Amino acid sequence: MKGRSLKGFILSNIVPIIFLVFAALAIPISGLSYRYLFQEIITRLSRDTFLVLALLVPVLAGMGLNFGMVLGAMAGQIGLMLAVDWGVVGIPGLLVAALIGTPISVLLGFLCGYIMNKAKGREMVTSYILGFFMNGAYQFVVLYCMGGIFPIKSPQLLLSRGYGVRNALSLAGIRGALDSLVSMEIHGLSIPVATFIVILAFCLFLILFEKTKLGQDMRAVGQDMVVADGAGIPVERTRIVAIIISTILACYGQIIFLQNIGTINTYNSHEQTGIFAIAALLVGGATASKANIVNVFVGVLLFHLMFVISPTAGKNLIGDAQLGEYFRVFVSYGIIAIALLLHALERRRVRIARMKMENESVV
Amino acid sequence: MCSFGQIGKVIERFGWPRLIIAFFLVALFASAPLVNVRIDTSLSDVLVRVGMNGILVLAMVPMIQSGCGLNFGLPLGIIAGLVGAVTSMNFSLQGFVGFFAAILIAIPIAAILGYFYGWLLNLTKGDEMMIATYVGFSSVAFMCMMWLLLPYHNPLMLWGFGGSGLRTTISLQAFWLQILDKFLSFHIGNYFFFPTGSLVFFAVVCFVMWAFFRTTTGTAMMAAGSNPQFARANGVDVDRMRMLSVVMSTILGAIGMIVYEQSYGFIQLYMGPFYMAFPAVAAVLLGGASVNKATITNVVLGTLLFQGILTMTPSVINSLLKTDMSEVIRIVVSNGMILYALTRKEQVKKR
Repeated sequence: MKGRSLKGFILSNIVPIIFLVFAALAIPISGLSYRYLFQEIITRLSRDTFLVLALLVPVLAGMGLNFGMVLGAMAGQIGLMLAVDWGVVGIPGLLVAALIGTPISVLLGFLCGYIMNKAKGREMVTSYILGFFMNGAYQFVVLYCMGGIFPIKSPQLLLSRGYGVRNALSLAGIRGALDSLVSMEIHGLSIPVATFIVILAFCLFLILFEKTKLGQDMRAVGQDMVVADGAGIPVERTRIVAIIISTILACYGQIIFLQNIGTINTYNSHEQTGIFAIAALLVGGATASKANIVNVFVGVLLFHLMFVISPTAGKNLIGDAQLGEYFRVFVSYGIIAIALLLHALERRRVRIARMKMENESVV
Repeated sequence: MCSFGQIGKVIERFGWPRLIIAFFLVALFASAPLVNVRIDTSLSDVLVRVGMNGILVLAMVPMIQSGCGLNFGLPLGIIAGLVGAVTSMNFSLQGFVGFFAAILIAIPIAAILGYFYGWLLNLTKGDEMMIATYVGFSSVAFMCMMWLLLPYHNPLMLWGFGGSGLRTTISLQAFWLQILDKFLSFHIGNYFFFPTGSLVFFAVVCFVMWAFFRTTTGTAMMAAGSNPQFARANGVDVDRMRMLSVVMSTILGAIGMIVYEQSYGFIQLYMGPFYMAFPAVAAVLLGGASVNKATITNVVLGTLLFQGILTMTPSVINSLLKTDMSEVIRIVVSNGMILYALTRKEQVKKR
């Protein structure tokens, strides 16, 4: 009995276990000090966890991995740009950015949810393309409208031609605002306590949210839309709300991410957000239909551990850092492919089981 | 009143986005002379680009027809094409010998890759498009490592100064640059160039596809796509048909890539093929295809429209507005087209 449960545990957590083994092998090869690794992990946990949290609600509502979270990231960046323009620094700067980002996120989240409702059964690919599409709209707004239609006060934000935001913006007054608000040093490792408090607060919020009426509705919609509809749950509205929540969280997550990084790559910072957050969640053992907070933390830890070690490990092993870098890219995409494959196989299994059940009930 | 209704129906069938883009293209051509953009140069550019991209767009057709959806995994075929091209160049093969050697090397590789890809897509019916996207992405990332490691040795293709691995861009100057474009090509005036070879090659491949869908196998493939249960009842092996369509799409992708390269003049390795599926998907949809139906006419029309927009927006819009909006227009048009196709009601499969 015990042996079987161990086997079950390994099988259902195969992805994180593979990554753990990989890390265990690659850390000695990379030759990086444990102190350096711990510091990197702490930094990256504080930087990226929030973004990954944004993915949980749509999974609960059965909408898969929300590739549309880049919409929230764009909203957050627009908020930060305006905060920088208005010269608001420190924590107020972050709050202003979040305040501006929230209504934009609600709007974009509504749009995303509406479109995903029109493409039931292929939400993921649709939200993925929507991310690309809105990237075009974002470029239009930021590159052509800002400084023109939307006034921007400070000329150092703008391109020399007088409108359009520069490619890279320094967040000098905002950099580390949250990280350094309350920070501790333990054995020479600096820990951004305030950031972790925010992250934990939202974890708590998500746990409590699942217990609310709305959270339960989402779970029901995620299990079976037809049954949920029969039970009087407004399916489409619930799905839209799930995406709106996800988009707002992604917006805040991107603001936390960028205050840690300290610069905005105006036209690139958001592009990788979705891919990395999703890869991290999947590395943590989640699937497109099942994800929890443990997956988030384990995933961010393992995925970013690999980020840190694979270039140096690749260099020491084959003498080429570029190879390690490509390996890392390959793993982040490969892991999503494998996780999606497992998800599809699971869906097929459920479908076949259901068909069998229906056939039996007919007989 | 009746005629209004009929016009409405025609528009409905043609689709609003397609109509808007067609009008947009006509407007671009109409306003070209006002901003001193030569129409004959533009037309010639469009034709060159059609020859260049046509087969990549055609690679969408078999998979759409067999019910596998839009082939976002096109990079897999593109990679086969790249391996073929690089291998042919490694042996310093030039001219038509080099070009056809590249194709001959690429086809079996594409067939093998396509076989695995098809097997994967058969396992994941209903979720093909998302899987396809990531199969494409991860194969591109995997090949990034391979370009560094594979034992190619022609110094024209390697990093100079003792670096290892292939360069990111390799010029075709010394090999088979524009071998098809220039074949039987002719000029009209100083500005109009007609790339006969590429267009004839495209036409031949289109014709082969057209003929294929009129054979028994082709009909069976279409049946497998439009109504799997019905096809199965009539003795069609649906999984085998889907597999065949994926292999065909991948091979077409490989050939399409080699044709693209000879016209473009450079081979782009590493992350080069990463997003190449999206323009091809957008083009076939723009031509009137949907997620589960595509014809050769859709391919030709779509490639013309899409490449027309891509050619005309930089020159005309830039001169009109004095700013480079073409990138934004390209992103919005191509992804908007894909979104439109994904969200159309009638296409939502029964669950």
